[in-house]
Amino acid sequence: MAAISHRAGGDPAARFESRAATREAPWVKWTLIGVSLAFFALFLLMPLAAVFVEALRKGWETYIAAIVLPDTLSAIKLTLIAAGIAVPLNLVFGVAAAWAIAKFEFRGKHFLTALIDLPFSVSPVIAGLVYVLMFGAHGWFGPWLYEHDIKIIFAVPGIVLATVFVTFPFVARELIPLMQAQGRDEEEAAVVLGANGWRTLWHVTLPNIRWGLIYGVILCNARAMGEFGAVSVVSGHIRGETNTLPLHVEILYNEYQFAGAFAVASLLALLALVTLGIKTWVEYRAARTGQDDASS
Amino acid sequence: MSIEVRNITKRFGAFTALDDVTLDFPSGELVALLGPSGCGKTTLLRIIAGLERADAGQVLLEGEEASTKAVRERQVGFVFQHYALFRHMTVFDNVAFGMRMKPRAVRPSAAQIRDKVHRLLELVQLDWLATRFPSQLSGGQRQRIALARALAVEPRVLLLDEPFGALDAKVRKELRRWLRHLHDELHITSIFVTHDQEEALEVADRVVLMNQGRVEQTGSPQEVYSHPATPFVYGFLGAVNLFHGRVDGEGVRVGDELLPHDGGVDAPAEGAKVLAFARPYEIDILPEGEGASGMAARVSRVLSFGVSTRVELEGEGGRPFEVELTRERAAGLGLAVGQAVRLTPSNLRVFEYEEGAGI
Repeated sequence: MAAISHRAGGDPAARFESRAATREAPWVKWTLIGVSLAFFALFLLMPLAAVFVEALRKGWETYIAAIVLPDTLSAIKLTLIAAGIAVPLNLVFGVAAAWAIAKFEFRGKHFLTALIDLPFSVSPVIAGLVYVLMFGAHGWFGPWLYEHDIKIIFAVPGIVLATVFVTFPFVARELIPLMQAQGRDEEEAAVVLGANGWRTLWHVTLPNIRWGLIYGVILCNARAMGEFGAVSVVSGHIRGETNTLPLHVEILYNEYQFAGAFAVASLLALLALVTLGIKTWVEYRAARTGQDDASS
Repeated sequence: MSIEVRNITKRFGAFTALDDVTLDFPSGELVALLGPSGCGKTTLLRIIAGLERADAGQVLLEGEEASTKAVRERQVGFVFQHYALFRHMTVFDNVAFGMRMKPRAVRPSAAQIRDKVHRLLELVQLDWLATRFPSQLSGGQRQRIALARALAVEPRVLLLDEPFGALDAKVRKELRRWLRHLHDELHITSIFVTHDQEEALEVADRVVLMNQGRVEQTGSPQEVYSHPATPFVYGFLGAVNLFHGRVDGEGVRVGDELLPHDGGVDAPAEGAKVLAFARPYEIDILPEGEGASGMAARVSRVLSFGVSTRVELEGEGGRPFEVELTRERAAGLGLAVGQAVRLTPSNLRVFEYEEGAGI
């Protein structure tokens, strides 16, 4: 199948257009392209450009100065810490959950699948509030935590927890359909050939899902660094201590420090662009290996 | 290595895949597990391999209880229907996988592994593909690589699950012959699962016929074909014509006609309701005419390819019949579509009629 589409130009759109039955009049084509591009420019490209223009309005020196402020640096550090903990955690749990759902039959499987989507369907503010209700001073575990001098809410652990919650689905969601499609055959073959569970995972399962995994991790990371709502609820906005980059942008903006706000915002925008670049590359690689598989 | 399975039972929910199956696979034989899909043959193979656990019963490998042994300790080679080659590894790495997974103490050196892989690839005649990836191979090549990979760990038994099921007819035929040849060279105890009776009869030393989780018959291809034990076996091993009738003296009364039979498996009592079968080549066609005897039927299609002519007919009540004649005989009869004729079976095989007996 794939071999045939290869010859026809590879792209289904090319086939669509080359056939009389599905070909549209030129004005339809150009109108659609025009509308999409205009919309894209107006709502996506312009704001993105605005961020960088505003950030650099007063020149590079102001830009650099805004970023090397201690509060900004500490926000960068905290964001990196939160993502640095949340992403590996979700990588491990995401793979475990995807594996459980794709390769085992058990009671409550549908429930687990639905649960994985919960962070997507619930408002991030609620996610934050849940942690406040649980670990806050008046929450369920509040008194106990206070007695033992453990701070979660308005401290780094709360921010990490909220980030983990919000970014949980990315890896699992990406892997479940992939692992379901691949089935159990190769793992069974590995076991029959004498590999133990760990080596099967390492030599067979992970290599097969690597592109999906990387893709999930990239998205997970982007969200972990950019998360605002949930983190905002649990952070307490203590400057230099519990401010992540997105929160820092808000504070700077509210204090009319536009140059600083946009400078920090440009960092996040840059992160988004890099993410997009890597994501496109991964998709391209995955499609290439996928095509090899499909032509099998 | 010999394999025995004793009283194996396996259920999936309410569905009974295997119902008290006991079988013996002597050392060095190539045995076919033959049956329609859903008869439990693949499940049995997977239980022998250890990929599935039986609800009850035992698997003995060389007389030794294996039910508690993990898959990787059983030293079986398993070939999957859809090959299950590791898609991210080259052919070489696929074949080398089993050897590389051995515990360090018994793992061969890299040089030994390389030699062995090349020897195996030569055995399956695909040495030139060592650096390719599975996606670059044809189906037949993949299955041969899968076989080489299974053989690399020097298994004591080789289990093949519908090994040629996903291949087209021509490649299938080729690989069949090749597998038989390979087995004659290696003499490793092998079991392969198939739903293709031609494949089973042609390749195997022994055929095990299964239906609805039970073993219907075991025997050499010649035995099961010539002396089918049950109506199911008779029907599964080739095209059949079915007659419902009653035992009447030395023959079977079907409608108004008294037809001769071969004595049956255990000659049913006088008057007993029976199923009588005849293969297409065991029926002759006579032109309708004064005093003609046999079952009345009407020709609906005449197919002449090769050495024989196949005639499809319709009997009373639209019952279909299929007759195979030599070309000369067909030409002599000058059959035309719609022509009324008489059918005379020369060799009816009778089975006692049982409610719901597979046919």
